[in-house]
Amino acid sequence: MAETMILVPGRSQSQGTSLNEGKLKDEYKRVTSTAELNEKDMRRLKLKDGDKIKLKSDVGQTVVTCKSKKDQDLPTGMIFIPYGPPSSELMASDTAGTGMPLSKHMEVKITKVK
Amino acid sequence: MTEATSTEAQTKDKKPAPKRVDPNAGKNIKIVKDATCTFCGCVCDDMELTVDLDEHRITKAKKACVLGRAWFYEHTVDTRPAVLIDGKQATFKEGVDAAANILVDAKFPITYGMSDSTCESQRVTVEIMDTINGNIDTTTSVCHGPSGMAFQGVGESTATLGEVKNRADLVIYWGGNPAESHPRHFTRYAVTPKGMFIPNGKKDRTVVLVDVRRTPSTPVADIFMQIKPGKDFEVLWALRALVKGKKISYDIEKETGISREVLDDLVERMKNCQFGVLFFGMGLTMTRGRHFNSGALLSLAADLNEFTHFVAKPVRGHGNVTGADNVVSWQTGYPFGVNFNRGYPRFNPGEFTTTDVLSRGEADAAMIIASDPASNFPKAAIEHMKKIPIISLDTKDTVTSSIAKVRFAVSTYGINTGGTVYRMDDVPITLRPALESTYPGDQEVLEAIRDRVKELLSGKKARVAA
Repeated sequence: MAETMILVPGRSQSQGTSLNEGKLKDEYKRVTSTAELNEKDMRRLKLKDGDKIKLKSDVGQTVVTCKSKKDQDLPTGMIFIPYGPPSSELMASDTAGTGMPLSKHMEVKITKVK
Repeated sequence: MTEATSTEAQTKDKKPAPKRVDPNAGKNIKIVKDATCTFCGCVCDDMELTVDLDEHRITKAKKACVLGRAWFYEHTVDTRPAVLIDGKQATFKEGVDAAANILVDAKFPITYGMSDSTCESQRVTVEIMDTINGNIDTTTSVCHGPSGMAFQGVGESTATLGEVKNRADLVIYWGGNPAESHPRHFTRYAVTPKGMFIPNGKKDRTVVLVDVRRTPSTPVADIFMQIKPGKDFEVLWALRALVKGKKISYDIEKETGISREVLDDLVERMKNCQFGVLFFGMGLTMTRGRHFNSGALLSLAADLNEFTHFVAKPVRGHGNVTGADNVVSWQTGYPFGVNFNRGYPRFNPGEFTTTDVLSRGEADAAMIIASDPASNFPKAAIEHMKKIPIISLDTKDTVTSSIAKVRFAVSTYGINTGGTVYRMDDVPITLRPALESTYPGDQEVLEAIRDRVKELLSGKKARVAA
């Protein structure tokens, strides 16, 4: 059953180093398709590190790999992902007259990919 | 044992010091001092680069952070064709001609990016778009564009990073993670360095971090405020009210995740510091509220100047995005999202910004410089990009360059080419390139496109007149 969470795409150190190697290379693709979830959420959803999950928003969906984060580091109900093509799939184009699409705090539905 | 015997014994026991091996011995190398790293907006200009002239690459970047080292080590000269048209190798002249024809034939040509190229290149880009009555926008529109709108609305109490280093005793980071995006921001500018009036470095400073999650930046902070997503405006506005002596309900904790006690404490620290600074990032600009979030923070900084000296600085992502703001502002009067369709510059975020003109299917040709919107833009914008001719100028292969009709591989600013860039605090810095490239620089490509565009347009005008 799909659960709604808040997706926060952002920068990470490994995203920064891997994009210098090349955005079409495997390391950048791996980094930008790895999502961090709270360890309690992962236990509750019966997920373990390396499992595939589908993230679906109003405009698109993407399949990424999950990795757990300690409860004190990432709140429950939140997913962090280094931004890149997978997170862009979920981004709506409405900029509310500012030029800036909502690029953080997107509501996504998460399901385990079997 | 006599002293002499003891000395002999000590000398006997002492092993000879290992010979220091110079890692550069026998190599053909060059040292470039005071080079500039342009990976992020910190634009550190104290790099010492070791260049292996035989292997034609940078082998050491002293003082660079982990991101800077990746920048210098990975931007090497490679063997890709310099110009591709429809995926096939072409000459420079053919590429320039194809690009110029695309721009001249389009009804709504746009250009986007520019933040990883020099001011000199940016100036040529503005000239091209002005000449063809096109639309010009930079990566600012999806970064601190909302802050740019807020500057216009409420103003900016500003300072250089040097002033922060020398004076700031209260440093607040709001909505950013410098440890991973701007690693030397802490060590070169704002947290650890000793300053003229901050003789003990971090010991003389209080660092506050506001974010929705703990990050590698959190241990640097003395006070961490974990805010609920989408509640930055509410907290900033509450702080403004408290600074002005107004009452705020204790309910604010349930709404925002931050208690009255923490807010009261922060307000006292802000009012009583000698020199405070608010550094803010994408947590404000990319979330609900956008320019209102930035505006609330800028207004808070302005309010605090009734009590002390307080400034606010956006933390800029790319090496010369601040330069793009400056150049486009000098040349057009506006910082980003500028349209020349009527023969004069008009600024309207939401109407002329790239996400919008692509997502609504309005642009019919695009020149993308030093950026990768086909990776990072919303889906609707990416889908439209696949339908129109794209001209791409980039140092590396990207998703955008792989869908481009005309692709120029260009050399890297700050590594291969010189010029001027602006640090995030609007301080201009001259680049010191380390090694030459076989690829042309952005400026060279853009100047050639500009000249060909002008030739084509004068030919068109002559035909129309006839």
